[in-house]
Amino acid sequence: MHEESGPASGAATATIDPPKPRRIAGTLYRGREGMWSWVLHRITGVAIFFFLLVHILDTALVRLDADAYDAVIGTYKTPIMGLGEAGLVAAIGLHALNGLRIIAIDFIPGATRVQRPLFWIAIVLWVALLAGFLPRHLMHVFGGA
Amino acid sequence: MTTMTEEPGNPSIEAGIAAFTVTLIIRRFDPETMSEPIWQDFDVEMYPTDRVLDALHKIKWEQDGSLSFRRSCAHGICGSDAMRINGRNRLACKTLIKDLDISQPIYVEAIKGLPLEKDLIVDMEPFFASYREIQPFLIASKEPKDGKERIQSVAQRAVFDDTTKCILCAACTSSCPVFWTDGQYFGPAAIVNAHRFIFDSRDEGAAVRLDILNDKEGVWRCRTTFNCSEACPRGIEVTKAIAEVKNAVLSGRPSIPTA
Repeated sequence: MHEESGPASGAATATIDPPKPRRIAGTLYRGREGMWSWVLHRITGVAIFFFLLVHILDTALVRLDADAYDAVIGTYKTPIMGLGEAGLVAAIGLHALNGLRIIAIDFIPGATRVQRPLFWIAIVLWVALLAGFLPRHLMHVFGGA
Repeated sequence: MTTMTEEPGNPSIEAGIAAFTVTLIIRRFDPETMSEPIWQDFDVEMYPTDRVLDALHKIKWEQDGSLSFRRSCAHGICGSDAMRINGRNRLACKTLIKDLDISQPIYVEAIKGLPLEKDLIVDMEPFFASYREIQPFLIASKEPKDGKERIQSVAQRAVFDDTTKCILCAACTSSCPVFWTDGQYFGPAAIVNAHRFIFDSRDEGAAVRLDILNDKEGVWRCRTTFNCSEACPRGIEVTKAIAEVKNAVLSGRPSIPTA
């Protein structure tokens, strides 16, 4: 390594093909449904935590200044916040359904053998929940009234 | 004997299985000359019936003798050659080339979460330290009834049969996302080997082991990602064993058949 600035040093050591630098990092571990359900669970969990933090702060505002509270709640009626609410419901729904799957894995003997079907059942239920919620919610957000 | 001399090299078999060129991309690291690992390509002629370990041998013996990896028995029992093959933990000696997608290069790298020593070799000491900590030996103070044997029923033996299969290859522990970021976590392998004795009707140390695993870095670190169950080359249902230990911690004792 101490010779790397010298122009001729590269050729002198090249008895075999010098290793071609590719990516430095390792490959992404190819986990299956279990690992990705955990990744989603963690992401949605952290997102919900930050929402609850803000939500407790804005609700606490009503005890300090009612007008400021009204102003903050008023901003929630903008389309951007409406989309954020849709994301919040999606995150809570996924976290809740996968949470039931994790409880089953921990407490029901034999559930570990069906963890993969349980994950897909949770996903189907989640999509069904959102299919019922999203059209109505988006009508409220973008349809005025 | 006579057929062997008449047909040297057994051409009928060799004609039936065609050799092909496989590209292996191996993550190399030499602590004396490199600061970061790099990926290096090797092309080798292999048969579909060869294993990834055979490809590594061919590279080491014919192309680059500096390639370092561990292997002992080469038949899936010693647990020396766990490595990440195409992003999943496997034993190189149990992974057939034909079971991989050979139209693509095969990526081979060391297992994750343990200190990298050289090429495909990691320092296994943190792994074995966790193993030692759960006291992986029979604790029995009482003399056997007839002075000879500690009799066990078939049902009593069956509850921990699965966890006796462990070969300590570290494929499970180094596939665990919790272990990658938190090296203090006991890891699946240590819990599996604790399970093997906690659920043994002859053993008297269950309370001690459950107390060790009822720790911040014990069984409660498990996030049920199932990477360990999928990585185990012996097919041990690792997450199931961990769930059983979790329940044994909660109820204070393992549920073992009385007879």
